[in-house]
Amino acid sequence: MLDNKVPLVEMHDISISFGGLKAVQGASLELYPGEVVGLLGHNGAGKSTLIKILSGAYKRDSGSIRIDGQPATINNPRDAKAYGIETIYQQLAVADNVDAAANLFLGRELVTAFGTLDDAAMESRAREVMGRLNPNFRRFKEPVKALSGGQRQSVAIARAILFNARILIMDEPTAALGPQETQQVGELIRQLKADGIGIFLISHDIHDVFDLADRVVVMKNGEVVGSARTSDVSKDEVLAMIILGKVPPGAVPGPGAVRDS
Amino acid sequence: MAEQNLIASNATRRAVDMASHNPIRRFLTATELDTRLLGMVGALVIIWIAFNLFSGGLFLTPRNLWNLSVQTASVAVMATGMVLVIVTRNIDLSVGSILGFAAMIMGVLQAEILPQMLGFSHPGIWVLALLAGILVGGGIGLLHGVIIAYFKVPAFIVTLGGFLVWRGAAWWVTRGRTVAPMDQTFQLIGGGPAGAIGMVPSWIVAALACIAIVAVIALGRRQRRRFSFSLRPLWAEATLASLGCGAVLAAVAVANAYPWPIRIAERYAAENNIPIPEGGLFISHGIAIPVLIAVAVGVVMTFITNRTRFGRYVFAMGGNPEAADLAGINTRWVTVKIFVLMGALVGIASAISVARLNAATNALGTLDELYVIAAAVIGGTSLSGGVGTIAGAMLGALVMQSLQSGMVLVGIDSPLQSIVVGLVLVFAVWLDTLYRRKSN
Repeated sequence: MLDNKVPLVEMHDISISFGGLKAVQGASLELYPGEVVGLLGHNGAGKSTLIKILSGAYKRDSGSIRIDGQPATINNPRDAKAYGIETIYQQLAVADNVDAAANLFLGRELVTAFGTLDDAAMESRAREVMGRLNPNFRRFKEPVKALSGGQRQSVAIARAILFNARILIMDEPTAALGPQETQQVGELIRQLKADGIGIFLISHDIHDVFDLADRVVVMKNGEVVGSARTSDVSKDEVLAMIILGKVPPGAVPGPGAVRDS
Repeated sequence: MAEQNLIASNATRRAVDMASHNPIRRFLTATELDTRLLGMVGALVIIWIAFNLFSGGLFLTPRNLWNLSVQTASVAVMATGMVLVIVTRNIDLSVGSILGFAAMIMGVLQAEILPQMLGFSHPGIWVLALLAGILVGGGIGLLHGVIIAYFKVPAFIVTLGGFLVWRGAAWWVTRGRTVAPMDQTFQLIGGGPAGAIGMVPSWIVAALACIAIVAVIALGRRQRRRFSFSLRPLWAEATLASLGCGAVLAAVAVANAYPWPIRIAERYAAENNIPIPEGGLFISHGIAIPVLIAVAVGVVMTFITNRTRFGRYVFAMGGNPEAADLAGINTRWVTVKIFVLMGALVGIASAISVARLNAATNALGTLDELYVIAAAVIGGTSLSGGVGTIAGAMLGALVMQSLQSGMVLVGIDSPLQSIVVGLVLVFAVWLDTLYRRKSN
């Protein structure tokens, strides 16, 4: 059903190396509107690196990126944001020493007619968004440093949805969260998906993403092992892809697949 | 939903207020005063009283306090810029040398070059000299900033290089010769009887400052009401306003209580045909112009750090440089701007120092970088980045200068003075570490 549509994101034959280390090699993947794609692999498999190329944090050595079928130029995080790509990083890219509202609007502050910061307006919008996301959140005046892991995560997610992201990248979105907060994030992902936002979930733990994802893409040693609809494969089969690089019958093999011979 | 949250948060706030029966804590919660800054004011009061006791009442006199304010001005101006530098995890070791170089440029311009071009005591000389000082400072800051941000050389090294380069350059301007005297109008920047604004203008400044304090509080309140956030209780607002105004009025009263020296007053009276009353002529100094400049710089810098995007980016970069970068902030360009600002402030501070000395020497500003850094750090700027306030740094400058002037008054030997200043610096930072650990 998705095949006739133009992919929201199309990364083709992406490679990057740091020094002599080939972190990502010839990786390709796509993301359709309203689709949740789980990007899986061990630590160091290259999944975070691949996605940082999309979000502009790293510059690719070769390969191409298309957004809505058009070639896209992404050289820095600002370029990525201009395409509606928002990222929630694993290490929670928040500035610890400023408050939640300041973090939500970091780089895109609301200003008054005189060009000065409009803190009250920002706090008001922050209360609105955070109220939708985490109704129990009250600590708007405190530096983010004082918040719990879950609260910090909700600040990071709020920042992404505040600016109407079309493509959302979540790196280990629930790793730092308790069960209740994990469930909240799950709810939120379904809500965003219903709005037609494309979402990448990056994780090394299959249980974090399998139930939320429509499709999984598995990486190993910097290469794509293969991709599969979550309805066509079992968790165990995906686990075998992650660990052994073995592609089950329900999946599409990639360049990193181990051939049976 | 938003209203519900608001009601709930108001309720919790009230609950917290009720729960703390301790009146001091209740006062601090309601006024949202910075306890760290209050602690510094307390330390300053203790230092002042102690020196007053040991100097036999010489310290807390209008004359000494007025001089103290003038002596603090130059370092205080630079400390405001150093806050931004240190908040972004950089350092500037070159400010003393830049001060010396800018001083020589300003000195040569107004004592030798401009009089030849425009004529002696042309009214434009002081403006051009001051502008040149600010431009030289800002230009050097630009150079440092670009090397730090775009060539990725650590700020410590770039400014250590600058420390040597600009001190040497200051010598080269006149091959070590001292330049004097300065332009008549320019001298006013440095203070002295003529370089203070007098009694009536001082009270006018005080009145304007009080109006501004009340206006800021009222505007803040209106803004919070616009979004129906919880408001500070009225009594807390009133206390804040009266504390602020009280401090301003007290400071101006002290400045006005310091009369011109008898000889100067007599000469002034003779020139203007004023009869000298019995018991001598009392002409108030009022606020010194360098102090006025420093306060203005403090207000502008506070505005920049708290109310502009640039200020917000500075603190975000200090808290988490990577996050700031990922948020799309052009961190390199912000770094350049910080160093340009720092350099321009050094230009202003240099003008104050030159005018006060009424001469430009190539050694002017020696060791200033250390006093400026110490002022910022004593004022609560964290060397690990992300934390610091302009007001704190200026208070820190006042603490440093109080210690130095006080020790001179008490008659402590100069080697011992450096030992005391060094110990106080380490002790202050240790106290701050304890405070932060506790508040976390």
